[in-house]
Amino acid sequence: MSAYIIRRLLQAVLVMAVMSGLVFVGLYVVGDPVAMMASAEATELERDEIRASFGLDKPLWQQYGIFMSHALRFDFGKSFLTGQSAMGLILDRMPATLELAVVAMGLSMGIGVPLGIWAGLRPQALSTRGIMAGSVLGFSLPNFWVGLMLIMVFAVYLGWLPASGRGATVNVGPLDLSVLTLDGWSRLLLPAVTIALAKGALIIRVTRAATREALPMDYIKFARAKGLGWSRILRVHLLKNIMIPIITVGGLEFGQVVAFAVVTETIFAWPGMGKLLLDSIITLDRPVVVAYLILIVFFLVVLNLAVDILYSVLDPRVRLQGAKA
Amino acid sequence: MSGPASLLAAAAIAACASISGTAMARDLVVALKTEPTSMDPQYHALTPNIQLSQTLFDPLVCVDADLKPEPCLAESWKADGKVWTFKLRPNVKFSDGTPLTSADVVFTMDRVAKVPNSPSSFKVYLQKVDKVEAADPLTVRITTSEPYPLLAINMVGLPIMSAKAASGAAPEGKTTTELNAGTGLVGSGPYKFVSWKRGSEIVFERNPNYWGKAPAWDKVIYRPISNPAARVAALLAGDVDLVEDPPTDDLERLKKEPKLTVETKASNRVIYVALDQNGETTPGIPDANGKNPLLDKRVREALSLAIDRQALVSRIMGGVASPAAQLLPYPMFGASKNLTAAAKPNPDKARALLKDAGYPNGFSLVLGTPNGRYINDSKVAQTLAAMWTRIGIKTSIDANAPAVFFKNRDTFVYSAYLAGWGTATGEMSNTLNALLVTPNKDKGLGTTNRSRYSNPELDKLVAESANQMDDAARAATLAKASELAMAEFAMLPLHFEHSVWAMKKDVSFKGRADQQTMVQFAVPAK
Repeated sequence: MSAYIIRRLLQAVLVMAVMSGLVFVGLYVVGDPVAMMASAEATELERDEIRASFGLDKPLWQQYGIFMSHALRFDFGKSFLTGQSAMGLILDRMPATLELAVVAMGLSMGIGVPLGIWAGLRPQALSTRGIMAGSVLGFSLPNFWVGLMLIMVFAVYLGWLPASGRGATVNVGPLDLSVLTLDGWSRLLLPAVTIALAKGALIIRVTRAATREALPMDYIKFARAKGLGWSRILRVHLLKNIMIPIITVGGLEFGQVVAFAVVTETIFAWPGMGKLLLDSIITLDRPVVVAYLILIVFFLVVLNLAVDILYSVLDPRVRLQGAKA
Repeated sequence: MSGPASLLAAAAIAACASISGTAMARDLVVALKTEPTSMDPQYHALTPNIQLSQTLFDPLVCVDADLKPEPCLAESWKADGKVWTFKLRPNVKFSDGTPLTSADVVFTMDRVAKVPNSPSSFKVYLQKVDKVEAADPLTVRITTSEPYPLLAINMVGLPIMSAKAASGAAPEGKTTTELNAGTGLVGSGPYKFVSWKRGSEIVFERNPNYWGKAPAWDKVIYRPISNPAARVAALLAGDVDLVEDPPTDDLERLKKEPKLTVETKASNRVIYVALDQNGETTPGIPDANGKNPLLDKRVREALSLAIDRQALVSRIMGGVASPAAQLLPYPMFGASKNLTAAAKPNPDKARALLKDAGYPNGFSLVLGTPNGRYINDSKVAQTLAAMWTRIGIKTSIDANAPAVFFKNRDTFVYSAYLAGWGTATGEMSNTLNALLVTPNKDKGLGTTNRSRYSNPELDKLVAESANQMDDAARAATLAKASELAMAEFAMLPLHFEHSVWAMKKDVSFKGRADQQTMVQFAVPAK
């Protein structure tokens, strides 16, 4: 098991190195960060000075070499634009994004799984048709449209919730969390629902399919023949068996939300990492972009690993490759 | 995304009619379109940073809403050849209670060059400054390397820091990181710093020691909301009191909304088309027998005559711009009073000029434009292309993200490109020096002259103005230079952008030509 984990982490390091190289080349091709940052009035000499102070006057391979040698010591450089540590800027914003992602995924699981099971058990019922039609809407409506609509209705028209921003935070160890305050929840709800609508719709469909697949199985039939109550069949026999696809999809989607909640974060002015990434790409703030993608690759690898390990816990038949090594 | 987003903002405005007004708050909440990159007033010379530091710190010289210099921390100043004397206002206190003296001014000027890794240095404001001395506690003497009339206006860009609070172990005293956290961030401006949560909010509060009129708000909270539709929604929902730059498509409806006020102000930013006049060949015109038709003044005039500037302003810019006849609007300093009305379009004359120049069938041209850098930039370029195609110059546009556009422009990929220039000092020499004076790397001239237009006569006029200490004479020289450049069609000005703010009815904010949102100019409406 530990060998398996180590191998996966080594793979991650390789992916990070390749990806940082791609980002270097990509942003180099796009344009000159100095042209984006320097005041329009700066003279050529002043621009050269800025270029030199960021090391942008060196050939690209040298810049990459310098970056790599620092990165090996976990130093990912300073943001060109703000002069602050690139990784620090990202980590500062991570709690906001994680909080939003956890609440959003919690909502979509909490709503998606029961509705999906219901739809799987009663495929012909009118309520099921309603749920399935709703789920089609849920993942086909564009995120930003849903977000703006929710703002229109709940913030502008009804005036129940604030339109944007993050609420008061409470310090818990290294994290600033807004889920512990009422103000925090009032601002978290709309963006979380925006994300949960799309993700929840997906969970409904996955759960429904898994349920339909599991129902005709012998173990369910046997359990019924034994005279077990429906609730026990559902909780013990069905739920355990449909958990694998749900966890797979849920895990992947969680990663997606954390890494790329850009649109929702922008619409709700949520101070998360996605918005930072977008701003940094536009201004060609390379250290932040590279540090962000490295962090995200690491995060996604760890997440996938966690999902794999969960499999083996949920289903004793699953053995992790190389577990014997 | 702007299409559907603005549609939604429209829906929001319709919906808003039915909500009741929110309670009057004595705090002011401002939605910024761009968050500043730092709180250090000497780190990054960029509007989002400057507009906040000018609220925390007062400079020696301020400018009014039309960029006319007026006394601030300096009560008066005079120039005697190369020596400038600034008399400080007595009894000014910093927000921590310590008095302002000339030592603070010397410290501030001295720090500028020491700030490391500045992505856009404030050194531009200290060009030609040889030394800064404290003659007595309330007198500062600045010596320039040559007679330099722009020194006073340059002082606007350098707000005065407290020597006591901002001194430190590093060469620059308190570092940018320390200032970002509020340590040493002590100024004499109307508001003082409370906190900054990056991406989330910046809080200022009233400076009880302010020397001027008492600031209107107990607290000012800035929230960065980069999406324009989201900014408008936040205003309609009552979350914020004042927003920068609502989308132009929604302005008409916002103006009709009874709970809101919309403020527009002509800015100092001109949108222009630059035409490559470097050499006999040019990359964007393939079918002119290998020649560069843009070298011919008649062709440039034809291009200008083909443009219906009034139509661009009213149809594409939604009325929030005014047609331009030169690169800085009259009556700003050095703008010509003979160039206030843009030329009427005249396609027939344009075609005749093209024929005279030897292009009866026109030629094809690629017009470069950024997409998303200036208000409706690529839409303006598309319209321009249609107008030019009408006189026989078959124009296609090459629209790119700003980063790509600037790279292309700086490597001379375009024969013609659309761009903008905001004259920060509100003074024509800045505009001409950057855009039309012959490029000279060592002297720092013609830094943005990518059309590489070169006219010794113009260079001479602008150089002459640089040492003219008499304001009236200097303004006349610059106006002459402006008339010369426009008569030559050296570049084609299109329009001056207007800046727009929208706010709740109970807030009154006076717009500024420098496009800055400075909260000291926002007061409760009567």
